[in-house]
Amino acid sequence: MAETATRSKPASGGAGKTRRNGTRSSGKRVQTGANNVFSGESPDTLRDYFRQMTLIRRFEERAAQGYTQAKIGGYCHLNLGEEATVVGLMSALRRSDYLFTNYREHGYALAKGIEPGRVMAELYGRTSGTSKGWGGSMHMFDVDSGLLGGYGIVGGQIPLATGAALAIDYRGGDQVVMCQLGDGTTNIGAFHESLNIAALWNLPVIFVVVNNQLGMGTTVEKSSAESELYKRAVAYRMHGERVDGNDVTAVNEAASRLVEHARATGEPALLETVSHRLKGHSVVDPSKYRSQESVDAARAADPVATFRARLIDSGVLDEDGAAEIERQAQADADAAVAFADDSPHPDVSTLFDYTYATPVANDSRRLPADPVF
Amino acid sequence: MAVITYRQALHDTLREEMLADEDVFLIGEEIGVFEGSYKITAGLLDEFGEKRVRDTPIAEEGFIGAAVGAAMQGLRPVAELMTINFSLIALDQIVNHAAKIYGMFGGQCSVPMVMRTPGGGGQQLGATHSQNIELYYAFVPGLKVVAPSTPADAKALLRASIADNDPVLFLENLALYNTKGEVPETVEPAEIGKAAVSRPGNDITIIGYSRMATVAHQVADKLEDEEGISAEVVDLRSLRPLDRETLVESVRKTNCAVIAEDDWLTYGIGAEIAASISDGAFDSLDAPVRRVAAAEVPLPYAKPLERAALPSAESLTTAVHETLEAVGRRR
Repeated sequence: MAETATRSKPASGGAGKTRRNGTRSSGKRVQTGANNVFSGESPDTLRDYFRQMTLIRRFEERAAQGYTQAKIGGYCHLNLGEEATVVGLMSALRRSDYLFTNYREHGYALAKGIEPGRVMAELYGRTSGTSKGWGGSMHMFDVDSGLLGGYGIVGGQIPLATGAALAIDYRGGDQVVMCQLGDGTTNIGAFHESLNIAALWNLPVIFVVVNNQLGMGTTVEKSSAESELYKRAVAYRMHGERVDGNDVTAVNEAASRLVEHARATGEPALLETVSHRLKGHSVVDPSKYRSQESVDAARAADPVATFRARLIDSGVLDEDGAAEIERQAQADADAAVAFADDSPHPDVSTLFDYTYATPVANDSRRLPADPVF
Repeated sequence: MAVITYRQALHDTLREEMLADEDVFLIGEEIGVFEGSYKITAGLLDEFGEKRVRDTPIAEEGFIGAAVGAAMQGLRPVAELMTINFSLIALDQIVNHAAKIYGMFGGQCSVPMVMRTPGGGGQQLGATHSQNIELYYAFVPGLKVVAPSTPADAKALLRASIADNDPVLFLENLALYNTKGEVPETVEPAEIGKAAVSRPGNDITIIGYSRMATVAHQVADKLEDEEGISAEVVDLRSLRPLDRETLVESVRKTNCAVIAEDDWLTYGIGAEIAASISDGAFDSLDAPVRRVAAAEVPLPYAKPLERAALPSAESLTTAVHETLEAVGRRR
């Protein structure tokens, strides 16, 4: 199912620094799709994927609810329908690897290892949130788990991720950077500038285009002259490939292979995952622009439901086991909401605490009605 | 004391900071093999190698953003933007990212980077290559903006900027690179956010920064020599934060002020200074605060037009004379 778009194809593992134009043999292929064949993942791993995907589903449902209850403000973009992509990608990273995402990042924060309560508390704008209530839905950050930011400006995270990879290269570390972005973002200049720089300087960064086929309400075909987005890598002599984003094992296989290749060689790559958005662009978007066909396709491909069925068909889980995971996920999401709701709001006295990291003379600390002198 | 150019002061400081700290590296267009458009980085590629003097593609958003990302990892990139005009291409990374990352994530990650860039007109470079748009950055909380006018200040402020854990826009000026000044053997880092009374006086306060601070000194010296007028010069040095106390204190003493700025008048840096004087020295003012600023046109190429549009010693002198006349201290 995976398609590839360059002459040089990363093999799994890797033998030292290989220049990107070298011809190497293909990595292992993984059978994915309709036939429920798993390729080597242990039952525990598969169950854990299901657990994480279900947690994201339940968490996002509670986030939507919190938004309609006005507990959550601002914009709120959900990962509903992208759970397989999120979990497949995050399972390919070490905790010490770095992740940069766009604004649709709650699921990534959970799957990178941040406690659900802290993620929900950020949505609630509380001090116990990932960004102490300063960021909100679009701007989560956690040094310990390697989430180096969700970013609200389309494309803004791409040069930053490239720079983080530059720092790894500068210091000789073995971390890899993953930079998540949406399909619409492949048309912004920062994407092209950064892919060029990453390829030129051989930086260990995996750019992941999460193609949910809609940039807000604009289809990929309407916004991208080359609608097979993974082929954009060719222009930078970078490896690119596309994978079924509804298939968690396929996503994980591709992402793990590219991440480990980058770790071994420093070579960047572009991975495109294709999935669907189950809901609107954000919580408040009723998606009136969307055809019934598109909605039906998204529902039919629901990655959580299809993965659940595969696990049961293949004997990895039984109905009771699946129900128990779902019960626990609901309990975890509910506990996250309770934690958030019980957490304190930031005190107004902290308003000027984070303008500058190095204190500076004459830094303004006036409130709107205060006189200048 | 050694007398060196502003360019040499910048070059020497970059070199010294790179020798002192492995985490300091340079990144920008044409800074290595070409040695910098204005030769600030001459010789540094040979001395430090490609890892620490990194030539970039023509991709301001890409390389400034990469510098921000590297700074988030604790490196100390000093990026060179060939001129401030080209910084507009990187505006998203400077304003929406470098300036926001520390606050937006609740103080978890600082961005210790410097963006060096020259502004300034007067070189017949036309409308797009002659702008003074430091205001765009001075407007933004989260950024620090410094604008040294002398070689000694260039050194002291660049040292401070590199040591600082926040993103600093370090404003240079095309007309200052060849100017000379005394620089002590050892220069301590300056305190960002502090203006300097660089020339004490009693009759009038002239407030400037970057090139216009040097013009203010020329004018003040001439007024003293030829007319016995004692002008005090306040060199802002830092545009964000703005040291209102120092400039207001000067105006409380002299009771009148002229602001000298290379940028456009309307909404410009001088407007903020004038408002600050109104806030802090209203009762001391004997005349309206006067601003000498660039004519509000896209700067033309032709020399007579360009000359007419830009502030100069002559235009500043006129404004000082008229202000002193208004307060009755000059015939």
